[in-house]
Amino acid sequence: MTPRTPLRLVRARPEPPFTVTFDERELAVLPGQTIAAALWSAGVLSWRTTRGSGEPRGVFCGIGVCFDCLLTVNGRPNQRACLVRAEPGDVIRTQEGTGRHE
Amino acid sequence: MSERPRLAVIGAGPAGLVASLAAAARGVAVTLVDAAPQAGGQFYRQPAAGLGARRPSALHHQWRTWERLRDGLAAQVGAGRITHLTEHHVWCVERESASFAVHALLGPEEEESVVVRADAVLLATGGYEKVLPFPGWTLPGVVTAGGAQAMLKSGLVLPGRTAVVAGTGPLLMPVAVGLAAAGAKVAALVESADPKDYVRHARVLAAHPDKLAEGAWYAAELVRRRVKVHVRHTVVAAHGTDRLEAVTVGALDTDGRVREGSEWRVPCDSLAVGHGMLPHTDLAETLGCRLDGVNVAVDDEQRTDVPGVWAAGESTGIGGAALSLAEGRIAGLSIAARLDSRAPEPRSYVSAAKSRAGLREFFAAVDTVCTPTDRWVERVGDDTLVCRCEEVPAAAIREAVDELGASDVRTVKLLTRAGMGWCQGRMCGPAVAGLAGCPPTPARRPFARPVPLGVLAREPGEGL
Amino acid sequence: MSNSLTCDVVVVGAGMVGAATALYAARAGLSAVLVDRGPVAGGTTGSGEGNLLVSDKEPGPELELALLSGRLWADLAAEPGVGESVEYEAKGGLVVASAPAGLAALEELAAAQRSAGVRAESVGPDQLHDLEPYLAHGLAGGVLYPQDAQVMPTLAAARLVRLARTAGASLRTGRTVTDVLRTASGAVRGVRTSHGDIYAPAVVNAAGTWGGELAALAGVSLPVLPRRGFVLVTEPLPRRVRHKVYAADYVADVASDSAALQTSPVVEGTAAGPVLIGASRERVGFDRSFSLPVTRELAAGATRLFPFLAEVRAMRAYLGFRPYMPDHLPAVGPDARVPGLFHACGHEGAGIGLATGTGHLIAQVLAGGTPDLDLAPFRPDRFPDADADADAGGAGGAPASDPASASASEGFCP
Repeated sequence: MTPRTPLRLVRARPEPPFTVTFDERELAVLPGQTIAAALWSAGVLSWRTTRGSGEPRGVFCGIGVCFDCLLTVNGRPNQRACLVRAEPGDVIRTQEGTGRHE
Repeated sequence: MSERPRLAVIGAGPAGLVASLAAAARGVAVTLVDAAPQAGGQFYRQPAAGLGARRPSALHHQWRTWERLRDGLAAQVGAGRITHLTEHHVWCVERESASFAVHALLGPEEEESVVVRADAVLLATGGYEKVLPFPGWTLPGVVTAGGAQAMLKSGLVLPGRTAVVAGTGPLLMPVAVGLAAAGAKVAALVESADPKDYVRHARVLAAHPDKLAEGAWYAAELVRRRVKVHVRHTVVAAHGTDRLEAVTVGALDTDGRVREGSEWRVPCDSLAVGHGMLPHTDLAETLGCRLDGVNVAVDDEQRTDVPGVWAAGESTGIGGAALSLAEGRIAGLSIAARLDSRAPEPRSYVSAAKSRAGLREFFAAVDTVCTPTDRWVERVGDDTLVCRCEEVPAAAIREAVDELGASDVRTVKLLTRAGMGWCQGRMCGPAVAGLAGCPPTPARRPFARPVPLGVLAREPGEGL
Repeated sequence: MSNSLTCDVVVVGAGMVGAATALYAARAGLSAVLVDRGPVAGGTTGSGEGNLLVSDKEPGPELELALLSGRLWADLAAEPGVGESVEYEAKGGLVVASAPAGLAALEELAAAQRSAGVRAESVGPDQLHDLEPYLAHGLAGGVLYPQDAQVMPTLAAARLVRLARTAGASLRTGRTVTDVLRTASGAVRGVRTSHGDIYAPAVVNAAGTWGGELAALAGVSLPVLPRRGFVLVTEPLPRRVRHKVYAADYVADVASDSAALQTSPVVEGTAAGPVLIGASRERVGFDRSFSLPVTRELAAGATRLFPFLAEVRAMRAYLGFRPYMPDHLPAVGPDARVPGLFHACGHEGAGIGLATGTGHLIAQVLAGGTPDLDLAPFRPDRFPDADADADAGGAGGAPASDPASASASEGFCP
């Protein structure tokens, strides 16, 4: 029996994937996915450390309200991974603290 | 066609969509402003087009209703009666002398703002999930129940292989069923409420056979997918170092305390947790609309007390998609009539009004059963973070109240920074109020979302 | 009803000034009760930026009070644990001028301030970026005021109340003062509150913007009017704004008598990370409605001073009501019209900074000593009677909005 997946559940026929980099690592992304969805697909659950105690964080609310999933995309800090769609060639980085150089 | 009265609808979920259709069909020029790339809101959130989903209905309930809304919108957009602005994040609605200015940041960059001017505004801004804190709730892998569902519906992804779904409220069952259907192993559904408490509301429930059938369907699905359901239980703590590894589940006694010796550990890599929903009321509050508790106060026609401003859906009180549809229809009819200087024909919305009354009664009953007792406060240790953004532990909240003379949420915030971070207290608000022992009062947020200062400084361009 | 005394002094208003007054009174050996209708710091204190400034004051009694207050703040901050808990930062203020004319006026003010005991260091255009690396280019120059400092106002009020309680004062929040009790001869004998009477031979009016209402309860007029201000708060940032930085025209706005909107950029970082952006001034009564145009002006001013802020996000905005007095001086000291009644209010936008000096002076008088400063300029009864002057009407009165008065301030140069 083939394992159930979200893509099979909706009988998805995605367009061909493209690549982005996350902390120098190449990730395959399906067109239309948000950065958070792309990271989850790659098994990555955290991509930010807090500015107080450096705790790891990732998606919490998933709908743009909590701002826990902030990261740096193409040099722009504090982007919500759950809202921003991944684009081919995006350079995505884990965000530390305020996301800005001290 | 510019003489047609103009309506700006904020939010393209069920309430905003049905209101737009009702108003547009009656000669109103509608601009539907929404943050998402596609209409549907959270309830009818759609997979991104590039994912090529040929059977998106597998992730949804009441798909026929969605098809009607979707096709209706396409027809009205095609006919030029509705302008649908996607990825427009509304950050402020301003009252001008004879009209309203809806300010929206263009997504996803949010570096440019446009303004949409309208004679009337409908706030159909929906809601977001409430989560009460517990040890370990900030670990990656712990997500809101609605968040897990949203990520699944739009991105076709799961947070892990083994999930626990926990908290309270009617959202948990669909989330557990959805995750299981998509291939996750749902190790447990942990609901703190006791379904037996619904017995006291038997008359209200009996009036909603459709809702009961829906509940029974989900219950059967849970059995079929071998999801173990634990009612009157709670997640006491989440464990892990850099990500979630397990949760501790415990049984609740009649007082809402965890029964001694009842706790056990459930290994899992994701926890979808929620304790109910809260409405988005920032835009209404800044416009000066009266709130009733945490909800926007509206009259029988869904009018707020600010002339020209209507509200419908979750923003007026949490009650799900069906109630949002009823309220949205009434609002759309009222707006079309009032913009034409008429009163709406009561006959035109008699069935929607009946549906609205029944559903409000139904969700009031659900709310009584699914409101966590105050005992959760006792399970929050001093070092548990309450404000996720500013990393404020429970000890600081307690000190502000016990030692520093705070007796309301605002002063607690000023003394501790709880609620001052990126989310502006949307996540920690209920928890701070609970720990401080004061009623949850909606915070004033003149900016419904963060705005770059450079954008704020500029006069906006016209969005339409 | 018992007439036995509850305490030596009742301080009405648990904002910054009331907190400091209760602290110094308790430390002077007086038993003090601090009462407020809301929580600690629930009024203007909780809406402020926490400025402890000498830079924006001309030589005169207010500057003397500011210098005294600054020394007292530094003393308090040096007590174990206090400085950190109130986020005291002796970071200094930097006033900048965009054009030579403004710089000349600024230098003139600085010279006068120096002769009054203020440390003011001229900063040439080339040196500005050593002090503030992110400041805009092309400014004419500025003046650095090392004595300017900052606290987090709500924390400061709450911590000072805590210290006052340690020294024997008691705090009663959530009680509204409904009357000032007086003897047959007219002297103060306490206050009536929504939760019972408190008897004392002295009552201090530290009710801030609502000080006129409390004065009225004691049968006297005090022309305190609300002057609304908005503050913008940014996302948390690393320390990029090191001083309190503001444009020279801020001083003129502070001193203005106009009811119309004035904004001048005031930008400062905070210990917690966000940058605070002010300052707007308008007299619109107690109107709490949000104004997008005002926050637009604040954002425009701040991004002119610090261009990098253009891509930094504003997370929130809040407003407060400064207790404005027609001559911009607070009412500090005994009220000759009502024996036992003291005022400590009307500090406009400087109440956090001036709180320590105010509380100290009031405590000195309460304890029967001679105050360190002459209180004559701050006499509460220095204004003509309310009935004679519509603009100086009691608190809560309609705001005066006389466009003609705007021009009165335009000749003023710092």
